[in-house]
Amino acid sequence: MKRLGLAATAAVLLVAPAAFAEDNIVVGMTLSQTGSLNVDSLAQQRGADMWRDQVNAAGGIKVGGKSYTVKFVTYDDQSQGSRVQQLYTRLIVQDHAQFLFGPYSSGLVATAAVISEQYGKLMVITGGAEPKTYELGNKYLFQAITPADGYLKGAVDALHSKDPHAKVAFVYSDDPFSKAVIEAAEGQSKEAGFEVVMNESYGPSTTDFGPVINKVISSGADAFMGGGHYPDSATLARQLYDQKANLKWESLLVAPGDSKFATLGPAALGVSTGSQWELSVKFTPQFGPSGAEFAKAFKDKYNIDADYHSASGYTAGMVLQHAIEQAASVDPEKVTAALNKMDVTTFFGHIKFATDPGHHGLQVAHDMVLAQWQMKDGNLVRNVVWPKAAASADLLFPIPSH
Amino acid sequence: MSGIVASIIDGLLVGSVYGLAAMGLTLIWGVMDVVNLTHGSMIVAGMFGLFLLTAGLNLPPYAALPIVLAGGFLAGLALYWIAVHRMIGRPPLMSLLSTFSINFVLIGLGTAVWGTVLFNVPVSVPGFTFGRYTFPGTHIVAAVLTALLALLLYFFLYRTRLGKAIRAVAGNRGAAELVGIPTTRVLSFAFALGASLACVSGMLIATLFPFTLLSGDVYQLKSFIVIVLGGLGNPTGALVGGLALGLLEGLLTPFMPVSWTAVIEFALFVVVLIACPTGIFALRRS
Repeated sequence: MKRLGLAATAAVLLVAPAAFAEDNIVVGMTLSQTGSLNVDSLAQQRGADMWRDQVNAAGGIKVGGKSYTVKFVTYDDQSQGSRVQQLYTRLIVQDHAQFLFGPYSSGLVATAAVISEQYGKLMVITGGAEPKTYELGNKYLFQAITPADGYLKGAVDALHSKDPHAKVAFVYSDDPFSKAVIEAAEGQSKEAGFEVVMNESYGPSTTDFGPVINKVISSGADAFMGGGHYPDSATLARQLYDQKANLKWESLLVAPGDSKFATLGPAALGVSTGSQWELSVKFTPQFGPSGAEFAKAFKDKYNIDADYHSASGYTAGMVLQHAIEQAASVDPEKVTAALNKMDVTTFFGHIKFATDPGHHGLQVAHDMVLAQWQMKDGNLVRNVVWPKAAASADLLFPIPSH
Repeated sequence: MSGIVASIIDGLLVGSVYGLAAMGLTLIWGVMDVVNLTHGSMIVAGMFGLFLLTAGLNLPPYAALPIVLAGGFLAGLALYWIAVHRMIGRPPLMSLLSTFSINFVLIGLGTAVWGTVLFNVPVSVPGFTFGRYTFPGTHIVAAVLTALLALLLYFFLYRTRLGKAIRAVAGNRGAAELVGIPTTRVLSFAFALGASLACVSGMLIATLFPFTLLSGDVYQLKSFIVIVLGGLGNPTGALVGGLALGLLEGLLTPFMPVSWTAVIEFALFVVVLIACPTGIFALRRS
């Protein structure tokens, strides 16, 4: 009998998930440690990890006189939707995660959202900008970043201020995020009075853009907008430069937001991108660190500069923490209600979620800025150039040597 | 100059490098009936070889070529003895699975060290501009070097004793052994040569485009299309197949969305496999 009791105790200890420990809050997520989304996903994860470490170092999240330590359960999704489906199910069913953070990229978020909603789990998204996922009647999904239609709005406005009759070529990756961005940007361009001379997508694995750039040249475009994620956007920038595409303006998605984009050298000069966060844009946070404090802590911890992906990863944690504190409970329904009411300013910007059933969880307050690579003291630096109120440098137009 | 002509010329320039990438793969298949799925990893190794030699040792980009060639050869020898030697003479599926597994290990190790961050090797070679279109100098140099390497390979296979031994083993391994050719040594040499060609093609591709650790997969797939077009086991045909693929990409893009190019390429792959399994440019294997 004694043996049986010991065995039963051991079995309980073995299978008891961490979530049952009363002083833990278990947050589950997948990250793309391998595969094509590795760079941006890891940047996002570093931000989230730093939030967890800071919260735990400060004694955890305090609710009703009790402190909860934050524990992450993470898996490598290999940048694949099929893995996301399996792993989010595992996070919920086996690991008993109380809350979820979304994976990186719109495609993976759409897959994860099916699982999280099926189990009624709250999930904070900072790596999926495509708005369609929020039009499906989801109740527990909260997007903390600007949706896809805001990515190139600044680029269109900035270009319009310099050339109201620009001829624009859109060349973009055939993935949900890029298609959603360009669909919106094309409409915004037509409203601005631009002539859209080319609109073409390419497969996400495309490595040689030579023929399509010749097509851009043939179209007579003087402005270029498009790209997708890191590798293709950077390759486009390099080949547009190598083939001297005679462009006055070049806006690309995602890649120019990373500091490694500067390794393209002269091909990076003048390239602009919509950015979810830049250090030079100052907000007065209602809670959490200032932008400068976040950037310094990040640099101290990882010895690399923070970018918008790492800032958004940190923001996912900050938003969840604030909602738990406001709800004064770790009960998911109460935390969800707190997120529905949230209307706050953090170092990352203004955050508020749509609450109407047709767009529930969609971000409605956060704004992006337009950053452009420019030369300063012989070095390439990323400056905020739009909107003018947030600009740290004048717009470089026309861009040189493209 | 019209955009179509510019696209065709650019397609041919890049296609020649596809041909070089495929030469190594087809050489290995032709000699030992091994489908080498570490081919993509070897291409990536050439890319990283160039990056490390230029960024780490400040070597001029093209001076890295002989070092990458030699490094690729040594890596190929190691791969042969680790993953291929025991599979020779067994069903092709065995070597396919063996090299597939090694490829996963190599990519996994590489991801742990470098992640999938993009690398760029700045190469400054003046290009040629005709009208509105510019042909980057790097594309022209890559095509010229590819032609030179293809000529050297042809000379080696048809004019040297070792090259003739490789062709003899490819033709009939048993007979080659009967006349005293050390076939195991020849097989390992041929595999290493194939791997070094893949490395050099990766190095040249890295002078054209930025790359990540995962870039090899795309070029490996293109290599399969090229060797089917040019004839399985035929290195000379691979160069012609590469040029044909580049020409096809250059010709299609002006007339249809670029996302359709891959669909048509793989449709052609299937058609050639069914209708002309020895390749549309097949020469009789010696």
